[in-house]
Parts: sequence; structure tokens; C-alpha cells
Amino acid sequence: MAQRTMEVAVGRNPEMGPHGRPVPSPLAPFDLPEPEFGTEQMLINIGPQHPATHGVLRLVCELDGETVLSVMPDIGYLHSSFEKLGEFRTWNQVVPLTDRMDYLAPLIYNCAYVMSVEKLMGIEVTERCKVVRVICMELDRIFSHLLWLGTTAIDVGAFTPFLYAFQQREKVYLLHESLTGARITTSATRVGGMMADLPKGWIEQLTDFLDAFPKTLAEIDRLLTTNQIHIGRTQGIGAISADDAINWGLTGPNLRAAGVPYDVRKDRPYYDYETYDFEVPIGEHGDCYDRYLCRMEEMRQSVRILRQAIARLPGGPINVPDPHISLPSKTDAMSDMESMIHHFKLITEGIPAPDGDCYYAVEGSKGELGMYVVAEEGSTKPVRWRIRPPSFVNLAVIGKLARGHLVSDLIMINASLDIVLGEIDR
Amino acid sequence: MIQRTKGGLDAVDEGPLSSDAPTGHGRRTTAQPSDHPSVAALIARFENAIVRHRVSAGDQAVVWVEPARSLEILGWLKDDPSQRYDMMSDVTGVDYGKGAVDVVYQMFSTAHKLALRVRCELPYDALSIDSVVQLWRSANWLEREVYDLFGVTFRGHPDLRRIMMPSDYAEGHPLRKDFPLRGRFSRAEQTRRALAQDVERFYRPVDLEHGGVPQEAEAPRLEREAEKS
Repeated sequence: MAQRTMEVAVGRNPEMGPHGRPVPSPLAPFDLPEPEFGTEQMLINIGPQHPATHGVLRLVCELDGETVLSVMPDIGYLHSSFEKLGEFRTWNQVVPLTDRMDYLAPLIYNCAYVMSVEKLMGIEVTERCKVVRVICMELDRIFSHLLWLGTTAIDVGAFTPFLYAFQQREKVYLLHESLTGARITTSATRVGGMMADLPKGWIEQLTDFLDAFPKTLAEIDRLLTTNQIHIGRTQGIGAISADDAINWGLTGPNLRAAGVPYDVRKDRPYYDYETYDFEVPIGEHGDCYDRYLCRMEEMRQSVRILRQAIARLPGGPINVPDPHISLPSKTDAMSDMESMIHHFKLITEGIPAPDGDCYYAVEGSKGELGMYVVAEEGSTKPVRWRIRPPSFVNLAVIGKLARGHLVSDLIMINASLDIVLGEIDR
Repeated sequence: MIQRTKGGLDAVDEGPLSSDAPTGHGRRTTAQPSDHPSVAALIARFENAIVRHRVSAGDQAVVWVEPARSLEILGWLKDDPSQRYDMMSDVTGVDYGKGAVDVVYQMFSTAHKLALRVRCELPYDALSIDSVVQLWRSANWLEREVYDLFGVTFRGHPDLRRIMMPSDYAEGHPLRKDFPLRGRFSRAEQTRRALAQDVERFYRPVDLEHGGVPQEAEAPRLEREAEKS
């Protein structure tokens, strides 16, 4: 794997920064002996209704002055029991539940779910479908990272990147809308294929986005990467070592920022990711700044993957040509007896699955997104459908990361983990 | 093949092929024996403790182990230099509604790039298994979730509380098969309980022990807070 260390010309030396400018030491030296003021510990709630928690998350903080002694995350406010609901729905009816979990990258969740079901059933999707799903997933990686970028920049006081990022997100929303008819609740995939093929002109629209987006990203990059305030707020904050990161189960950019080159696309490749030419950015220090750099670079790499995917997009059917899996076209269902029977059976009964269980992981925008489906012989509904939630596991580490930092750093650490509460609580 | 001569609509409607396409297309039907190196190593080392194993979904190795020895086996899988499953991706439960809950561990070795699934079958009357938090910190919240939703007790877990459902949730464990989709209580009773709740209680630190991080000797301070309020 390409070891691309973060060779941005910023000094980590507190005395001298880029272009010879001094950079103020980012770390408040909290290990210095403090004068005794006779303070007492204080328990405060951040959230659950607080914009800085990025959702309905409640952080109970134990503070000594402004220093965080411990953080107790309290979750479950958005719990909607998707996994239980899934057990009462046929395989295809579960798809709308998946995009309501992570509404920041719905297409990745749509794809991951059906990929797991297809793996369980042994269905091999068509080449066109594979490339279309790769396009969907990489597009939503950019989509999700852009939201993270904008909101995180706001958390440390930079407002302009938020506007730039959301302008670009709007274009992805439009792409979602013309592909699926919805901006957020896409429900774009079906077992064995997609809800619909790419609409006319969609690829051109996507290419326009890919042409314009890197310029905006470069502008945001100029605003933040060597910005002394941003560096001061992020470098050395919330650092975690590589071994700890693995042990705590971190995945995605949070893990890679700590220097672990684990990317599902490279290590457990799916959908021919091994044939795409892209690099996985690896950090060194595991702090907020490295997480920022990793995500910025991932967006650039996603653009590369998207361009390659567009270039290789093959023709042909998008759905598996098996009437026991894919719905027939509406015309056939209305005019051909056999197609109508298949249509009826698929709608009323669903697709029977073989006995077994299947864990299928993809590289989501937040980390390793695993879908675990369990079926019994012939079951048309999941016996158990489980999401391995990347944000859930990533959030569990916040207490460790934030200990000893200031409250304002806790906000930055929370933002840098890139969580989405819909998926944590499910 | 149905001839596509049904008029102009067909040109627009690019659905899948019609019904006389070969059935079972694209379906894999092979079930090869497990060639996962860890499965053979487990059987060689822990003979009796390995209940059974199979290959699921084409190429995924699943091993059922004796719950009483799960901690020993999982610890060996993590620490033995030939295995080194250093990443516990997921801990979850499966209830088939047949008298047992399976606890499922999804493990991954970043050194060998290998995934392994270990399952432990726990009968309803003995829903208890050793916690693996001491081996993998990632198991902390995941085990809490299994405890919350399936009622499996993890022995030695530092902080076994409900995580998704409210701490005073009285209807049981929702992901069990005997739990009805709409809850055990009637709608009226659920509403009554919700209205009777002391909402403020959730915002006091009384029933919050330490979440997230297993910590040492932090509890007394919290109790002091509790007495004040």
C-alpha cells in the first residue's frame, strides 16, 4: 500500500511554522503543576440538543475548571430499532431503512446492505451494476466528508469553508435526486441490481461536478491546512496511538490517521477496487489534524476513482437477468403472463435465501461498515440483520481521547471523529 | 425470448430480461470445505471446545465454540503469533427463536488480512458469557448493546448498562424473537409510563456511572454529586 505520509509543509515544531512564521504551541501544557485554587469538579451536560454534538448526543463531562477529567457519552435518543424492523420486512423492503441510518452517505449504506444479501444468496451482479455502485459509494464518500468538513470548520470558528462545502454538497444532492428521485432517502439499490439505471445525462452532470469540485476543495485547503488558528486547534489534540486505535476498533480515517494502513477497499477488496488506481492516505500522529488531512486526501482520491469508474462504465443490463431475483420491466409484467407471475411472486413472497450468515464489510465514509445478515433455508426475510456501525465504535473512544484536554478541544475531538447519530443509535 | 415488439414503450423501459432467461443465473451453488488456516489451528488446539464449523456465504469461515471456554479461545486467537486477530470488528447476537441466543464475534487480523467469525450458542436459561473487554476495548459498547437488546450478561464487563434503551426500560430485551414488534406493553400503558416519567432524572448524574471508558476509582466523586442533588 502506498504509504503517503502527510508531507504538508507545516511545522510541528512549536517554534517555527511554515514560511518561517512562528506557530503558537497548540497544546495547553495540562501536565504542568497548577496552582491550588481549591476548585471542585463539576459535572456538566453537553447536549443532547446542542449543535456542537452533531446530532442528538449527550456528553456528560466531568470538569476541573476547563479541563476535561472524563466524558460519559449517553446515546440512544434516536434509537428506532431498525434491526428489529428489518426482521419483519422482505430483503428488498429493508433497503429504505438503510439510508435512514446514515443520511449523510445514504448510497453507501444502500449498497453495503444489498452487497451483503447478494453475497449470502450467491448472486453475482452485472459488471455495469458493479461500476455504478462504485460510483455511488465514492460520490457519497465525498458527500459525507464535505459535511464533516463544513461542520468541523464551523466548530473551530471558520465559517467560509462551511459555505463552500455546502455549495458542493448541493450539487451532489441534485445528482442524488436525478438518480433516485430523493435527495437524502435514496433507497437506490435492490437485491441483484439497482432501482433504476443511470438517467440520461447523469454522467455528464457528474463529470461537471468532478471538474468543479477539486477547485473548491483546493480553496478550502488553502483556507484551513496551513491556517495557524486551525493548526493550533487541531494539532496534538485527541491523539491516539496505532495500537490503541486498533484495540479500540477504530476504522476509516480515524484509524488511518493513527498510522494504520487498513482500508477495506485495499485489504478486503470488493467490486474490483484492486484494479482502480488510488492511494490511501496514512497519518502519523493520530490527532485531529491528521484526521483532517486524511479526509481531505480521501476526497481527492475519490475523485480519481470516480473518473476511472466513469471511463470504464460498461453497457449492458444493470440488473441480474434472473426473474427470480429482479423484477421484470413494467411492460413485460403487464403483457407477458410469465413475467407477471414472477412479478407477483417477487412482490408477495420475496427472494428465498439459503441457510447461513454473511458478514460483508465495505469502506464507508466513517469507517468499516459491515452488514451481517442471517437467514434460514428459504427465508424471504432476514432472521437477523445487523449493522456493524462505524460511528458507534468510533464514538466509544471519545472518553479516552478527550481526557486532559479543554472543553473546547472536546468539541473539536467530537467533530473530528465524524459521527452520525442516526447510525449510532439505529 | 419474448420478442421486444410490443411498441414504443419497450425502447424506454430498460428492465431486466424477460422470464425465459435461464433461471439461477449468477447464482453460486458450491459449498467448498473450509480452508481457513485458523479453523484447522483451532481444531488442533482446542479439540473438544470447538463445537462445529462451517463455511457460510461461499467463503466465510464460521466456528462455534464452547461458551465456557470462549475467553480462552478468543484470547488465544488474539495473542498467538500465528493468528493475531487484533481487531474485534463486531460483537452481536442472533436469536433464531429456538431456545438459544448466539453471540457472534467478527474478528479481523490486520497482520494476516484474514477475517474469522466465532459464535457461541447460549441457551435461554444460561445467557451469560465472559466479557472480552480486557482483550479488545472495542467490545465495551458492543457488549453493552448485546446485553441491552438480547439480555446476555457479560461476566467481567466493567460497565454493563443499557445503552440504546432507557435505563429504566421495563419491557425486556427488544431483539429477542419473543419480543413483539410493538413492545410488550399496550400503547396505553406505554403512553402512561412515558408521561409518568421524571424527565429531569435523565439530566442528573445519579444513575450515570462511567460510560465509555473503564476507569479506576472514579465513582466516589459521582456519589457525592448524587447526594447533593
